Amino acid sequence: MAHRTPLARVRGLGSAKTGAEHFWRQRLTAVANIFLLSFLIWLLVTLAGADYATVKATLAKPQIAIPLLLLVVSGLVHMRLGMQVIIEDYVHSEGRKVVALMLSSFFAVAVGLVCVFAVLKLSFGA
Amino acid sequence: MAEARQTVERPLSPHLFIYKPLINMVMSILHRLTGAALYFGTLLLAAWLLAASMGEGQFNYVNGLFAHPVGKLVLFGYTWALAQHMLGGIRHLIWDTGRGLQIWQVNTLSWLTLLCSIALTFAIWAVGLMFRGGF
Repeated sequence: MAHRTPLARVRGLGSAKTGAEHFWRQRLTAVANIFLLSFLIWLLVTLAGADYATVKATLAKPQIAIPLLLLVVSGLVHMRLGMQVIIEDYVHSEGRKVVALMLSSFFAVAVGLVCVFAVLKLSFGA
Repeated sequence: MAEARQTVERPLSPHLFIYKPLINMVMSILHRLTGAALYFGTLLLAAWLLAASMGEGQFNYVNGLFAHPVGKLVLFGYTWALAQHMLGGIRHLIWDTGRGLQIWQVNTLSWLTLLCSIALTFAIWAVGLMFRGGF
């Protein structure tokens, strides 16, 4: 503590620079995912074997589309944080680690965008 | 401090495989494995949603892949991974509050996670099959 400036102490940041933010976001999205994924499981179970018209009409409903969009955002933030930890644990070469972290973020953003685009297209009339 | 250069072959501390697999250790490994599986499994949801947004032909094609025995097996595995990771996550949230950290509690919670995740997976599929008779 002696080597830290008062400002750094006030900000509550350790050597990781971002304090407990990673931990907190992981928990925040974890709790959100409990509810949102329960919703997804219910949705998929009720849509099991349904034809295209039914699925399309169901996914277009705001009360279905909005939780789905929330799930996509919360789920992908959560999984990106999780994969970051895995990469940091197992990829030791600095260069490869940075590349892996970037690819992981690209993957999460791409999957998220595809899902969001699809839900919005269904909602706003495809 | 970016990269530690290894010039001397030093002995490494013993790793996972020399230990007798304890239930909390197995659950910890499963939590990470299921997390990674769920990460890539989001492609399934993305494919399903995208197909639904593209049209009936694409939707029926993707649904056909899911209906194939291999597709069903993947979805069944995905359901279990989700249940296992979610219940494991709830266990971690309990531990975050400082509760349930006695050894017997850790072991009980770990076993409960596994048993409940398997039970939950079968329950979800039973209800799904009951609903329409075929997934």
